[in-house]
Amino acid sequence: MEAVSNFLASDLFYRFRKSPVAVIAFIVTALLVLSALFAPWIAPQNPFDPGSLNLMNGFSQPGVPNQFTGETFMLGTDDQGRDVFSTILYGLRISLFVGFSAVMFAMVLGSVLGLIAGYTGGRTDTIIMRIADIQLTFPAILVALLIFGIAKGITPPSYRNEVAIWVLILAIGLSDWVQFARVVRGATLVERNKEYVQAAKLIGRKPMAIMLKHILPNTLGPVLVIATISLALAIIAEATLSFLGVGAPPTQPSLGTLIRIGQGFLFSGEYWILLYPAVTLLALALSVNLLGDWLRDALNPKLK
Amino acid sequence: MSKTSTPAETPLLQVSNLTRIFDVSKPWLNRVVEREPKQFLRAVDNVSFEIRKGETLALVGESGSGKSTVAKMLVGLLDPSEGTILFDGQPMIMNSSERMMELRKRFQMIFQSPYASLNPRWKVADIIAEPMIVLGVEKDSAKIEARVDDLLGLVGLSAADGSKFPHEFSGGQRQRIAIARALSSSPEFIVCDEPTSALDVSVQAQILNLMRDLQDQLGLTYLFISHDLSVVRHMANRIGVLYLGALVEIADSKELFKAPQHPYTRMLLDAVPDLEMTGRQRKEVEGEIPNPINPPSGCTFHPRCPFANDRCKREVPLWTQTRTGVAACHGVEEGRIPSAEMA
Amino acid sequence: MTTPLLSVRDLVIEFPTRHGPLTAVDGVSFDLAAGEVLGVVGESGAGKSLTGSAIIGLLDPPGHIASGEIYLKGERIDNLRAEDMRAIRGRRIGMVFQDPLTSLNPLYTIADQLIETIRTHLRLSEREARQRAIGLLDDVGIPAASRRIDDYPHQFSGGMRQRVVIALALAAEPELVIADEPTTALDVSVQAQIIDVLKEQCTQHGASVILITHDMGVIAETADRVAVMYSGRIAEIGPVREIIQNAKHPYTSGLMGSIPTLAQEEDRLVQIPGSMPRLSDIPPGCPFNPRCDKVFDKCRVQRPALIPVENRQVACWLYEEATTNEVAT
Repeated sequence: MEAVSNFLASDLFYRFRKSPVAVIAFIVTALLVLSALFAPWIAPQNPFDPGSLNLMNGFSQPGVPNQFTGETFMLGTDDQGRDVFSTILYGLRISLFVGFSAVMFAMVLGSVLGLIAGYTGGRTDTIIMRIADIQLTFPAILVALLIFGIAKGITPPSYRNEVAIWVLILAIGLSDWVQFARVVRGATLVERNKEYVQAAKLIGRKPMAIMLKHILPNTLGPVLVIATISLALAIIAEATLSFLGVGAPPTQPSLGTLIRIGQGFLFSGEYWILLYPAVTLLALALSVNLLGDWLRDALNPKLK
Repeated sequence: MSKTSTPAETPLLQVSNLTRIFDVSKPWLNRVVEREPKQFLRAVDNVSFEIRKGETLALVGESGSGKSTVAKMLVGLLDPSEGTILFDGQPMIMNSSERMMELRKRFQMIFQSPYASLNPRWKVADIIAEPMIVLGVEKDSAKIEARVDDLLGLVGLSAADGSKFPHEFSGGQRQRIAIARALSSSPEFIVCDEPTSALDVSVQAQILNLMRDLQDQLGLTYLFISHDLSVVRHMANRIGVLYLGALVEIADSKELFKAPQHPYTRMLLDAVPDLEMTGRQRKEVEGEIPNPINPPSGCTFHPRCPFANDRCKREVPLWTQTRTGVAACHGVEEGRIPSAEMA
Repeated sequence: MTTPLLSVRDLVIEFPTRHGPLTAVDGVSFDLAAGEVLGVVGESGAGKSLTGSAIIGLLDPPGHIASGEIYLKGERIDNLRAEDMRAIRGRRIGMVFQDPLTSLNPLYTIADQLIETIRTHLRLSEREARQRAIGLLDDVGIPAASRRIDDYPHQFSGGMRQRVVIALALAAEPELVIADEPTTALDVSVQAQIIDVLKEQCTQHGASVILITHDMGVIAETADRVAVMYSGRIAEIGPVREIIQNAKHPYTSGLMGSIPTLAQEEDRLVQIPGSMPRLSDIPPGCPFNPRCDKVFDKCRVQRPALIPVENRQVACWLYEEATTNEVAT
């Protein structure tokens, strides 16, 4: 309770309230995340349970009763008679799950490597940061494609669909750890020379304890900002990979997969199969990104 | 060296020929391109002194004098390049051996900046309890809590302050918290590295008084590092003066201010702006501190010294017993420096 | 009576925050005579630097002058337009800051910067300006000035840089020099040299000085009068020697006692309990009342104005009676 009232009185919350962009971005993000979480209860049908589909409902227009069955679909249906609204909710789940997991993975990996590089210095630092530099010279999506390709090559075909999501998370995460490592290393270099770290060394604390208990908590601010901005990028990266056909399989379609499927119907007039998933992706990526931008400015008042 | 201590009692700390060299070379590639050799900085050069139980030894010096480097070596934050440190007769070798962990309980440090010396993410009570827990002084959590409350009271804060974070306190209060942390493992010896130089005068007075009270109460031994001679005069029994990494004079505090021997000490004393000296005409101070990477030959003070002669340019001066203590100066040794008795 | 060189009247500086404005300087008034050195002393947050910045029109936003007036030779300067203020700054008011690197541009030689300043404000040819610049550097004690003038700031040591800044401040023969902690970043032995140069040069050029510092020792050696600030107000203002030897305001006497001196060894320093209040909770009445050992009821309710006592002014209710009595007799 105290924590909540403290937060409501904090400068951060004050700045949040005073920024309409942040409030709107937060509401949009929250709505999307909640509807993804509660998709099974919100969605009118489970679009991937063949039993609940009726082919007669195929290509229903949004908001217009189907000419054969008389059923009305808010956002229309695809060729299989799947409700687009339901596919979006389920697709959102996959997109967000992959995005969150990939960012978490990148954050943990990058923070740990950055912390070790910054605190140990010397050769360890050089090796870690040179690897990071080399990776940065390739576009993240290329790195992800490469990792995805390798992973696909070494998994037996029968498992491919099952592990596809995890490979996707691994690929996006590995392509994104560098910025976490850089930020954490930078902050560690500043913190490790501060006197509170010396006070801990003085009483014989081990490097591991100093890194985790003293330095890490003081690098979390910028990490949080990067994580939020990375989330938007990871969602887009996932959509890109899926759109290219190397991401989420059609049995577990993400927003990117839906867009790929939808583009086939664009010129035959069934625009809604493409449009609504695309708008959802746009809204999600944009609002998360705006939230990240706002957070960066709010935690660093000197920029204003 | 200083022979003033009675032989029966071993000094708490014996420092002999302590030297620290830093490699300040440019990166390898730059050196190759610019054809420059490696560069070394002798931040601390052959420093020896003793600290007796219960006394306060102050080391004064300006920037580049190496005073903070000495402090860091004494508590194991830096390894000496040469020389030995004996703590209560035992060599200080900084590793995590059992013996060293026992030794670590017995010394502590108070840092300069009350802002950087407390972890901003930790509660005050956790900050104070950390040395106790890590060094295994106290294991029972109820006892730890009670002792943290005691310590907070001892430094003039209330037990309720333990649940706050450092940013809720003023600079002076934070320095009190830092003192409480230093006392947490019940040490005998505390290195104080410019503990009040970041504080305002009225707060400085509070902290200095508190440190003296604690010394009387707990029988602490202090090494007090400062650039401020008037603060040092107030705190120390004996004073060592550092110039460019070397000790130039050690003397009893009262004596040093009454009859400074080394020309550098005299210059310093003359330069300090003081309340009692409104409108006085001071002696012109010569020059500035040279670059410690390329120190002058012989006695490093000779380019600024009004009494310097050829010998001072050539030979590094050795310790000479003086009326008040010891000094490293050819002029003092030869008795050619007029006495500077101050009223 | 002649018009003072500088006159500050009821200066109030505020910082807007979401909880309402914070008053960092609250009703500061003082006069400065031509050729006088006024020391302004106080602890961090007392408002001494802000007062200096307000006079030269360099308050960092969002801080701003909420009310009050500043007059330079009877001419109001606090409400000037930015470009008019620029003409005064440098020309009529020179500045010396704590960190010489903030006043010197690292990309230009000393000559470039001095000559530019001189020629902006004085009608001199390039050649004459250079001569003048060398002369100025000579005066502030830079050895081989005619050669070193073409060096860059980083080629000078801290003390030498501060000398250059003093030369720069005096380049256009200003009437007033504001020195904000000019010696704080320097070593003791260098600090003494800089104080000497500052005082000597300002006297020679006939400039008045406002010397802002937390170091009472520096003020004792340099200033004619001193203003002691506390919580954005002047607690006491008067001749330096008298204030040091016989402070009237309880804060000033506490402050003087808390400074360890070389001259005598005291067992305990005088200690003022507590610390200066944050700007957000300055108590009503006299801001010093919670820490004062002579506090009485009135101090907690009513704010004391500066009351003339002997040859100085003190903002303390203790002296109210004394003056009324004097008036009565």
